[in-house]
Amino acid sequence: MAHGPAKGIGRWFFTTNHKDIGTLYLWFSFAMFLMGGFFAMVIRAELFQPGMQIIKPEFFNQMTTMHGLVMVFGAIMPAFVGLANWMIPMQIGAPDMALPRMNNLSFWILPMAFTILTATLFMEGGAPNFGWTFYAPLSTTYAPPTVNYFIFGVHLMGASSIMGSINIIATVLNMRAPGMTLMKMPMFVWTWLITAFLLIAVMPVLAGAVTMMLMDINFGTSFFNAAGGGDPVLFQHVFWFFGHPEVYIIILPAFGVISHIIPAFSRKPLFGYSSMVYATASIAFLSFIVWAHHMFLVGMPIGGELYFMYATMLIAVPTAAKVFNWISTMFRGSLTFETPMLYAVAFVILFTIGGFTGIMLAVAPADIQYHDTYFVVAHFHYVMVAGAIFSSTAAVYYWLPKWTGKMYNETMGKVQFWIGFIGFNVTFFPQHFIGLAGMPRRYSDYALQFSDWNMISSTGAFIYGTAQLLFLYNVITTIRSGKPVSEPKTWDGAEGLEWTLPTPAPYHTFTTPPAVK
Amino acid sequence: MLRRAKMLFTLIFAPVVSLAISAGALAEEAGNWAVNMPRGVTSVSNSIYDIHMLVFWIVTITGVLVFAVMFYVMYAHRKSRGAVAANFHENTTAEIVWTAIPAVILVLLCIPATTSILDIYDTSEAEMDIKVTGLQWKWQYEYLGEDVKFLSELTTPESEIYNTAPKGQYYHEEVNEPLVLPANTKVRFLITGQDVIHSWWVPDFGVKRDALPGFVNETWANVLEPGVYRGQCTELCGKGHAFMPIVVNVLEKEEYKTWLIDKKAEQAAIRELTNKTFTMDELMEIGEAAYNRSCAGCHQVNGQGVPGVFPSLVGQGIAIGPVEAHIDIIVNGQAGTAMQAFGDQLSELDQAAIITYERNAWGNNVGDITQPIDVYNWKKGKR
Repeated sequence: MAHGPAKGIGRWFFTTNHKDIGTLYLWFSFAMFLMGGFFAMVIRAELFQPGMQIIKPEFFNQMTTMHGLVMVFGAIMPAFVGLANWMIPMQIGAPDMALPRMNNLSFWILPMAFTILTATLFMEGGAPNFGWTFYAPLSTTYAPPTVNYFIFGVHLMGASSIMGSINIIATVLNMRAPGMTLMKMPMFVWTWLITAFLLIAVMPVLAGAVTMMLMDINFGTSFFNAAGGGDPVLFQHVFWFFGHPEVYIIILPAFGVISHIIPAFSRKPLFGYSSMVYATASIAFLSFIVWAHHMFLVGMPIGGELYFMYATMLIAVPTAAKVFNWISTMFRGSLTFETPMLYAVAFVILFTIGGFTGIMLAVAPADIQYHDTYFVVAHFHYVMVAGAIFSSTAAVYYWLPKWTGKMYNETMGKVQFWIGFIGFNVTFFPQHFIGLAGMPRRYSDYALQFSDWNMISSTGAFIYGTAQLLFLYNVITTIRSGKPVSEPKTWDGAEGLEWTLPTPAPYHTFTTPPAVK
Repeated sequence: MLRRAKMLFTLIFAPVVSLAISAGALAEEAGNWAVNMPRGVTSVSNSIYDIHMLVFWIVTITGVLVFAVMFYVMYAHRKSRGAVAANFHENTTAEIVWTAIPAVILVLLCIPATTSILDIYDTSEAEMDIKVTGLQWKWQYEYLGEDVKFLSELTTPESEIYNTAPKGQYYHEEVNEPLVLPANTKVRFLITGQDVIHSWWVPDFGVKRDALPGFVNETWANVLEPGVYRGQCTELCGKGHAFMPIVVNVLEKEEYKTWLIDKKAEQAAIRELTNKTFTMDELMEIGEAAYNRSCAGCHQVNGQGVPGVFPSLVGQGIAIGPVEAHIDIIVNGQAGTAMQAFGDQLSELDQAAIITYERNAWGNNVGDITQPIDVYNWKKGKR
């Protein structure tokens, strides 16, 4: 404990401290969340009524694309990397991450990548407008010239993710406190270890996809151009080989967070720790072999269609096991519902609804009607927002007292939760109806029969957006003027090494490893 | 506390319950508050609907049961009610049971799903073939073997889209020329794209298939009831993605035969016009209409284009250069850009009129006239 943080602004540029870097990731992620959210507000404002009111269709496409890219790569992924940086060393009894300088680099690449990406909004021809899934040839031959900035940005994000993953794997495998065997690791550490392997496996695939695009655009190759012997469907296979594991990269750490919060507020250990670990590993494995369920309509052979349908349905089994485990953990516990627990319960319910629509989408014949409609939009926002965003918000409320030594205002936390919860459901539940009734996604304008539910959905979106500003307010007032707390355990039911540390957690922790029985 | 539990219950459950109720009671009711998939008018759309409802009920009942347990726990085992935490964990039997039950349900679900998808893939014994081509931002329908081919484009005027005029009943879902099909006939669709990927969807037929540039996908429909059915493009294809609807007019077999004979005669008459010589005024008039329909989407009504994306035609480039280059780019397009080949999309007359119009409108006073026969000869010479 010889020295604390460096003085001045340089602390944040040159830091190698896992807590500082975790903080940087979390604030960056929140800034991106607000920006991506602003894009979503533009989209929902335009869709408030049929007809074009605020923006032109070409700009609408830029908004949907940027919203998706910023939320996935800028908000959700860095949020969990930030939590990993803060919590993994504290949960395994390590003094810091294994590779602190690389840790600094992997963070500071991100602001550059997103500066490049968002700068395209102000360039001639506009920002990328081909959707966050950037299907060729719309993203190659027919793309605006800014596509090259987009490709460079994606490469940088991939490099950042891969470095972050290497760091997490090295830390978890080498720096656990003596006595902490793999099967004694906290669930958040387990889920992140598996996630890190997923990232290392698929980020290079994404890099391959965008490199092939770069070649097609600038160097006359024809990877995705049928006229030159290529195949546009190849792009989708490569993209979804990355893209499907990617959604589990986003959700697995969320499972980890929830597996800490539910036991803490049930005052009872996690029901099936080892089955949770095995379920996480099976989900990770299955994520590699189901990618083409995003492509049921590209004209796959019937064998492929059937295989991907069966394999996809299989994922429901380990996922269901997780939900049953969380409920069994709550069963005969001694439950209280502070803000983190409210978020965790909402996560379980809403994520399960998203899982149900996932099963519906997996059924290939039914997917013919669902595919590329608002039903899909509703489905993935139930798993992405209610899954990833709710759980990372829960994590912030849960660990904020440990990080800052200040307690948030419980009433304000609950108010923020309820506004967000209502706003979220008013936004996305009607989108199931709009989709089933026949409105395709990524539509800048729509037929009159979809107008009523769209108006309700937009109203909900503005409520949900407001709730995020309240979250920002809650966090800032906690840091500035929250009630000081000093007992090591903020929550009486919480377990784990992080709760053995003083509150607030000192700048350097576990310089001598704790003993784990 | 109890009140809060109730509120929690209502808020979380209300959407689930309302979905269940509305799906049952209002399933057939269309309109602005529609909540469910239409049943449709083909055997395929009906089998999809049945599977959809089957899965829907399975997940709804599962959801109600699981959430009921959860809400019971959240009510009964609250610390504020004096609940003391038990300390049980790990139970292999429970784990096996809750792994096995979903697995069995899913296997059962696979049976009807497999039957249905096999039927959807069976395009054999089709009585007629329609080639559907997706282009930015319209559909082309070709009746294979019948010498009939036409473009189908949105007719909703800009004034309705940009809210200067009230929106009509079929706002956003109306086209200049619908696809016409006979009822009770197995029609095979050969679906392809010319530029980017589109996707051809008619919900009432249960037909949706990607239109890939350079590849042909097959699917089929046998429509049981005559009527007008509307659909949309479902793969993001650029700025006009939301503006390329599909309208299918299904006629009784006899009516369809009459329509086909008339259509063939009409198309033959248009081909005749290729040999006619037009005056400048005639071409400018036809050209303005055709330009606004087929070109203004990118190059704009005033010819100025969109800086950085679509080039301007005013006072520069091909529109005031040699006429041969102008004919070539209209007929063959420009590889590697968004400029399509219009040679097979538009009649020779429309192409000649557009060229003449572009060279003489907006102050481009080149003064030359391109006749339909010039375009025709260019196409012959180039092939």
